Amino acid sequence: MGRYIARRLLQMIPVFVGATLLIFLMVNVMGDPIAGLCGERACDTATAAQLKREFGLDKPLWQQYATYMGNVFTGDFGTAFNGQPVTELMATAFPVTIRLTLVAIVFEVVIGITLGVVTGLRRGRPVDTAVLLGTLVVISVPTFVTGLLLQLLLGVKWDWIRPSVPPEATLDELIVPGLVLASVSLAYVTRLTRTSIAENRRADYVRTAVAKGLPRRRVVVRHLLRNSLIPVVTFIGTDIGALMGGAIVTERIFNIHGVGYQLYQGILRQNTQTVVGFVTVLVLVFLVANLLVDLLYAVLDPRIRYA
Amino acid sequence: MRARTRVTWALGVVAAVLPLAACGSGVGAAGGSVLSSSWGDPQNPLEPANTNEVQGGKVLDMVFRGLKRYDPRTGKAENMLAERIETSDSRNYTVTVRPGWRFSNGEPVTARSFVDAWNYGASLRNNQKNAYFFGYIEGYDKVHPDTGRQTANTLSGLKVTGPRTFTVRLNQKFSSFPDTLGYAAFAPLPRTFFTHHKAWLDKPVGNGPYTIESYTKGAQMYLKKWNGYPGPDKARNDGVTLLVYTDSNTAYTDVLAGNLDLVDDIPAGQLKNVHSDLDGRYINTPAGILQTLAFPFYDKAWNTDGARKVRTGLSMAINRAQITRTLFRGTRTPATDWTSPVLGTDGGYKAGLCGRACEYHPAEARKLVQEGGGLPGGQVRITYNADTGSHKEWVDAVCNSINNALGNDHACVGNPVGTFADFRNQISRHRMAGPFRAGWQMDYPLIQNFLQPLYYTNASSNDGKWSNKDFDRLVDRANAETDKAAAIVLFQQAEGVVRDNMAAIPLWYQNGSAGYTDRLHDVALNPFSVPVYDEIRVG
Repeated sequence: MGRYIARRLLQMIPVFVGATLLIFLMVNVMGDPIAGLCGERACDTATAAQLKREFGLDKPLWQQYATYMGNVFTGDFGTAFNGQPVTELMATAFPVTIRLTLVAIVFEVVIGITLGVVTGLRRGRPVDTAVLLGTLVVISVPTFVTGLLLQLLLGVKWDWIRPSVPPEATLDELIVPGLVLASVSLAYVTRLTRTSIAENRRADYVRTAVAKGLPRRRVVVRHLLRNSLIPVVTFIGTDIGALMGGAIVTERIFNIHGVGYQLYQGILRQNTQTVVGFVTVLVLVFLVANLLVDLLYAVLDPRIRYA
Repeated sequence: MRARTRVTWALGVVAAVLPLAACGSGVGAAGGSVLSSSWGDPQNPLEPANTNEVQGGKVLDMVFRGLKRYDPRTGKAENMLAERIETSDSRNYTVTVRPGWRFSNGEPVTARSFVDAWNYGASLRNNQKNAYFFGYIEGYDKVHPDTGRQTANTLSGLKVTGPRTFTVRLNQKFSSFPDTLGYAAFAPLPRTFFTHHKAWLDKPVGNGPYTIESYTKGAQMYLKKWNGYPGPDKARNDGVTLLVYTDSNTAYTDVLAGNLDLVDDIPAGQLKNVHSDLDGRYINTPAGILQTLAFPFYDKAWNTDGARKVRTGLSMAINRAQITRTLFRGTRTPATDWTSPVLGTDGGYKAGLCGRACEYHPAEARKLVQEGGGLPGGQVRITYNADTGSHKEWVDAVCNSINNALGNDHACVGNPVGTFADFRNQISRHRMAGPFRAGWQMDYPLIQNFLQPLYYTNASSNDGKWSNKDFDRLVDRANAETDKAAAIVLFQQAEGVVRDNMAAIPLWYQNGSAGYTDRLHDVALNPFSVPVYDEIRVG
């Protein structure tokens, strides 16, 4: 197990370097970021030259990248154009997004898996058809439509929630945005669990468990569900990264100042330091989440061993 | 047993992640007659000489008062901290500061507060983006040379002559110089700005009617009424909470739900239902913003006498009235000169100065384009940035109008650029192949500000590199003219040169718009489209 983890961690290094380099190049292709700083006029040449020198933009690209990576390893992610260190932006943005992701994942796990088990066990019954139809609708409607609709209905018409999330963004205020963010994945989790459960219901070990006289609840939870969860865990694991980086739309609708907001602003203002910094951390999150998923396989299915 | 250890291990991972998610910063807004208002994250550090956009300007307008202040209704520059500003030759000025003014930390505002602040703003080493505002003061070329290191740290044209008096010597005659002093870059600064710069940036200290009580960067700012404010324009509410919104649609929805008191940018998509949504709590007032189409005069094809006719023809092919009515629903009005109605007629605004050239005459447009040798390259591509301000919609509408007038479906197409930064970048590298979007938001309400920075040879915002000796000469004469009315006549003559050459096609004057909840009264926008916060009453 230890050696396996070590090998996986080592594999992350080339992925990490490659990903950051690609992002660095892409942001640079967009051109000179200083030009956008002076509004509808050209920055005076002296100030522009000095700003470039201060942000290191006058150096060749490979040197900029080398300096940047050197700084990253000492924990310095550079400074945004408004004078704030990128680490400070991260310290405010990531807790919010992690909370939002957590709410979304809880919804996926609790609602998605429950619905999946219920429909998987009652295939072809009305409840199954109803849930299938529901998931189809959720999958086909874009997130921003669901988001704006819920915001208007719950926030303005019925006055149940605040239409926007205040800057503190506590867990209870993130319930509706979390649901919106989770909606599509939730539908997929339901469908994955349903298929998996329905398939394994006829497996030998389930029949054995029933024949042993185990209570139905124990058969379903300990034997059937546990073995059916592998594809679902894979999906949720990769979804963590997607939810954190892909929350731009949801965060915009509900005015949440998380990672999506910082990335959006960073791209608009062509702020290399912010964009590369945040994406680098997201790449790391993605890699770690994938590793955790692989390790969870062994927990769920004792036949899987890592050496 | 084996299974159990694995499960506890998995729980451990979850437990390790949870605390990360649990911490959040708590900033509470105070009750009472405090209002909340939409805001955008300022692009630059909040220093007066470094703030060149509306969002940062909003805060500076609440926290600072300068020598002059532009009247929120008329836009006229009136003395604020200045007791008097005297000159006999439009070049040497003596400024006397009123007694009794203080910064909110108790420090008195003196002549030195101004001189130190201006020297800081002009100095190249401080990277202040508004440094060029000090370019009229003698010695600017020493503290802010175009290339190389600065050879002086202070402007030789500024001298403190007493606790409340200082003199300014300009490098040329500039009669309306005192009227430019209401701009935020000329604000006074307390000593702590220089001695504890980092702390000051986290919580700026000024001399305006509000003090900054708390500031969470990127999220919100709470400004409290300063009870000891010595000025005449004391705040009529207890404070203002500015909340950062990424999307003005969300801010608008929040106002509908009563969750936010004031939104000062109504999204274009909501304009058709704003009257019924807000039941009259909607204001739409002219602002000092003019939208134009500029041309690349560095491109030979656009710099011929024939091209002049083509430009005038294009201008006559744009149905401004229809576009402003259907697309902008009255939040913009067709432009008929190169200034703005907020200047007022005695400030130099002259409706109809453009004449027939800014009216819709499709047949004449077609004739002029033909006489001018046709469109350069057979097609015009209007370049614009697609990320903000619904530019795509109006560029498409303008092109449509041109295509219809010229009877050619391919006469005009839009050429979107992804981000504003990239758009500015292409402009500054002179990459424009045809007309491009140019918006001008005035710095101060003077006709000079609508002409000189945009059309004077090599001026800071003369992006198309237009150059005309007659225009330059008239502007020089106008700046040297001590009589205000005479100066305005000269500026209008210079504007006539712009018209005769159609150096840029004026499109429309832009209004500022805002919506508010029924808690608020006396809501108004100033000519810079910023809400006049100190006059708002709550309850």
